Amino acid sequence: MPTKIEVRALKKSFASDKGPLPVVEDVSLTVGDGEFVAIVGPSGCGKSTLMNMMAGFIRPDAGSITIDGALRTRPDSRGILISQQGSVFPWLTVRENLMFGLNGHALPDKRAIADHYADIVGLRGFEDSYAHELSGGMLKRTELARALVVKPEILYMDEPFSALDALMSLRMRNELLRILAKERHTTLLITHDVEEAIHLADRIVVLSPRPTRIQSVFDVPMQHPRRLSSREAQELRLTILSELGVAREELG
Amino acid sequence: MTRLKEMLPALALLAALIATWWGAVVATHSVIFPTPWAVITGTFELLEDGTLSRHIGASLLRVGAGFGLAVCVAVPLGLWMGWVDRVYRTLNPIFQILRPISPIAWIPIAILWFGVGDASPIYLIFISSVFPMVVQTTVGVHTIEKRYLRAAENFGVSRRTLFRQVVIPAVLPQIIVGMRIGLGVAWLVVVAAEMIALHSGLGYMIMDSRNAGNRYDLVIAGMIIIGLIGLSLDTTMRILEGTKWARWRYAH
Repeated sequence: MPTKIEVRALKKSFASDKGPLPVVEDVSLTVGDGEFVAIVGPSGCGKSTLMNMMAGFIRPDAGSITIDGALRTRPDSRGILISQQGSVFPWLTVRENLMFGLNGHALPDKRAIADHYADIVGLRGFEDSYAHELSGGMLKRTELARALVVKPEILYMDEPFSALDALMSLRMRNELLRILAKERHTTLLITHDVEEAIHLADRIVVLSPRPTRIQSVFDVPMQHPRRLSSREAQELRLTILSELGVAREELG
Repeated sequence: MTRLKEMLPALALLAALIATWWGAVVATHSVIFPTPWAVITGTFELLEDGTLSRHIGASLLRVGAGFGLAVCVAVPLGLWMGWVDRVYRTLNPIFQILRPISPIAWIPIAILWFGVGDASPIYLIFISSVFPMVVQTTVGVHTIEKRYLRAAENFGVSRRTLFRQVVIPAVLPQIIVGMRIGLGVAWLVVVAAEMIALHSGLGYMIMDSRNAGNRYDLVIAGMIIIGLIGLSLDTTMRILEGTKWARWRYAH
């Protein structure tokens, strides 16, 4: 697998009342083309900061991010970030949201592409709806579709499904896998849900508490569709949870 | 039916006020202060000889010109101030000083600059309605949620698309609020401005009715008409708030 993203010795501090507060300390990571990497870590450890740097929204203090060998300094449409709070424009319809990122197409083509992706994520019939007319799950689908429309090479997902209820979150995971099986984007997923990471990722990176570094990395050598109740998955889950500082006794 | 029930207390109070007014005039045997009935007959008198529509037309025309001019200046200026920090820091202090000056205080200067024709009241209306609209538009830009601007940045859209599809629709509800405030102020000011050295308009009509023979029935008729027109102007702006361009802001 050729290298897609290369993160080298990344460091970031934020200013605080008591002087600089180190958030990310020396993170190096390589992500292959088409690979799905999940990043898990304790809350407030700097996961989002790390992802924001990788997506180009925050400049690191030291270290570098290269994509296909080129230094990444600012965000662009080759890597789309899907955040926890969501950013579907409430003043545009679903279709207009989906058409938003499309440049250099004629209008009828834009509509056709947008409607195609609305269909893929299961939003057929809601193309003319506004955000306030949609459920939480549909909003996530809209956001996902809007990202897919521009055919990004990389999807950055920052706890994308954590605001959804358990059932909807599970459905969105399956949806995502179905889409990724077709479109093969390189995907980075930040999550605090270890099960979600095992369900989706090829590789799981466990981060330490702040200032964060990579504590350990796990391969997930399971075929899709994965059974989370399998002994292999459960064993991995317990290992990762204990890496995160949750004692085995606490898990019962 | 329920609508009628909700309005019942207000209507009852109105009826009680009119009855009190009527009773007080009859009891005090006032020769100058009119009864409600005299106001109604006075209104019909004004309607029949066409003076009422002429004065209403003159006032609305001045408000239309001054307010329209103010919208054309305030919206671009507010967007610019909101978007470019340097412009905000330069202009905002001056606006904060000019804003609390009552439009009435501008009357001598308006007469000095524009004489006693239509231009003076139009200038006064402009001055009084432009500031609230600039302020609201600027606030609107400043309160665009960062996640939307980041999403737009992520898709790497052109400046034109950014303004047309993100900034302006995001600010539009605030612009409409500003327009509603501005139009309300404009209607207050036109009446005051017309009391000075003009020969048409509802403000002039009121002063003229008093000066030409103490026609207080016409004074009160004029006041009530001013109130009703103000109400309908505000209702029009409220309808604008309910359109799809603004509705997303208030829906949840």
